[in-house]
Amino acid sequence: MKIVFPILVILTGILLGYAMYMALSPNGAPTEQTMGNVQRIFYYHVPSAWTAFLLFFINFGASVYYLIKRCPTADIVALVSAEVGVVFLTVNLVTGPIWARPVWGIWWTWDWRLTSTLIVWLIYVSYLMLRRFSASSQTPILAAAMGIFGALCVPFVYFSIWFFRTQHPQPVMGGGGSIDPRMMHVLLLNWLAFSCFAFLVCWSRYHLEKLQRAVDEAHAMRSLMDETKMDEPGHERTAG
Amino acid sequence: MIPTYESDPDGTTYQISAKKTGAGHGADSGQPARSRAAKPKELLIRGITRATLFKDLRLEWRSKDAINSMLFFSLLVVVVFSFSFDPTAEESRQIAGGLIWVAFLFATVVALNQTWARELRNQVLDAFRVSPAPANSLFAAKVLGNFIFVSVLEALMTPLFIAFYRLRALGPAWQLLLVAALGTWALVVNGTFFAAMSIRTRSREIMLPLLLFPISIPAILAMVQATTAILTAESSARFWLVLLATYDLVFTTSCLLLFETVLNAE
Repeated sequence: MKIVFPILVILTGILLGYAMYMALSPNGAPTEQTMGNVQRIFYYHVPSAWTAFLLFFINFGASVYYLIKRCPTADIVALVSAEVGVVFLTVNLVTGPIWARPVWGIWWTWDWRLTSTLIVWLIYVSYLMLRRFSASSQTPILAAAMGIFGALCVPFVYFSIWFFRTQHPQPVMGGGGSIDPRMMHVLLLNWLAFSCFAFLVCWSRYHLEKLQRAVDEAHAMRSLMDETKMDEPGHERTAG
Repeated sequence: MIPTYESDPDGTTYQISAKKTGAGHGADSGQPARSRAAKPKELLIRGITRATLFKDLRLEWRSKDAINSMLFFSLLVVVVFSFSFDPTAEESRQIAGGLIWVAFLFATVVALNQTWARELRNQVLDAFRVSPAPANSLFAAKVLGNFIFVSVLEALMTPLFIAFYRLRALGPAWQLLLVAALGTWALVVNGTFFAAMSIRTRSREIMLPLLLFPISIPAILAMVQATTAILTAESSARFWLVLLATYDLVFTTSCLLLFETVLNAE
């Protein structure tokens, strides 16, 4: 961890920098015809969504694994992937309106992609709320169950809202049509960079969570030892 | 023999008799050996589910806690909605679907919140956990009980809605029964599960809606759209009914598979 992590940080930093350069400069991704340079936010908007869904998939896998094996590592992986996934999806939900305002003139619309993304965001925020509010002895199991429910719900969300919003013709919004191969190349490059960055954040958060749990356990053990010591002769219970 | 237990409306539980159930325990009643061998575990599940369900129904019938609070709450919601909308008969058909289901959703949360609270008093839930009874039988009983309570509420509130909004279904009205049944089941099965999950969390009453609403959004969308489709006859409700049925199937299965784990999560 002490040696590998800084090296990976530097490599990811270089990759992110290169991906940003390619996204923002006309040498990398070509300027879009109708939208101009505003379109370049696309290279942050889409990869953050893809990264978020990758992380939610990992959350589902870790939740299932935890319920089968009851391994604490799986529980920490589930927590970490949900947290970082929610952050990336928030980035997606914020960059969306920022892009939409100059291009479509509106901050938000209830088309199927935006609505579905918002609902998935709500599902995983409720997962994090459960983690926060439940008693610590039960949290891993409850959260694993909630993670599985959330992941099962995502296909329903997409399918139902797709049907709902495509029933009545809406103005065509975003996406659709073919994409210039150079743009696809920069998009995938940014996705790779985001994924590496997500991996690093997850890793350090994992490490932090492990330390936090060790500290909590040490506190618990210590108060237990103090309690038992009190009962030995020679030690008196002090008030308070 | 399956013991039946009675509870006072305030939740004190005591065993009054050990009633013989109809089947499965032939050793006591001298029934033919064939029924003794006939799938004892399934019969045990049915017996416990039935006993718990009847206990809950009896408690509810005597105190009428849940049904009164749900009814009054729905009425309040309808009145508050009336301040925002003053629709013509045509418009009301468009929006009534959403209004009805929002009112029922809030009422369901009221019912679900007290589902498990009753079991926590006097350690009834702990007693159930240490008993050899399968957890799914308790879950099934709770879900069926809540389903009955919410269905009674819906039956009572529907004439009121029809009167307040001058509703008349332009499409096949019998499908509304199907929407009500499937939709209520979707809310109640997930709600009972999440209510069990939030028993020992901080802020128990607020955790239930926070967990339930996001997961239920596809079902709520389907219910509202199906009701609107039937009322306005502008489209077919078939897709939404199929979606509701699939949703019910998937989530009932998940709840049944995971309930025991969640109940014993300590």
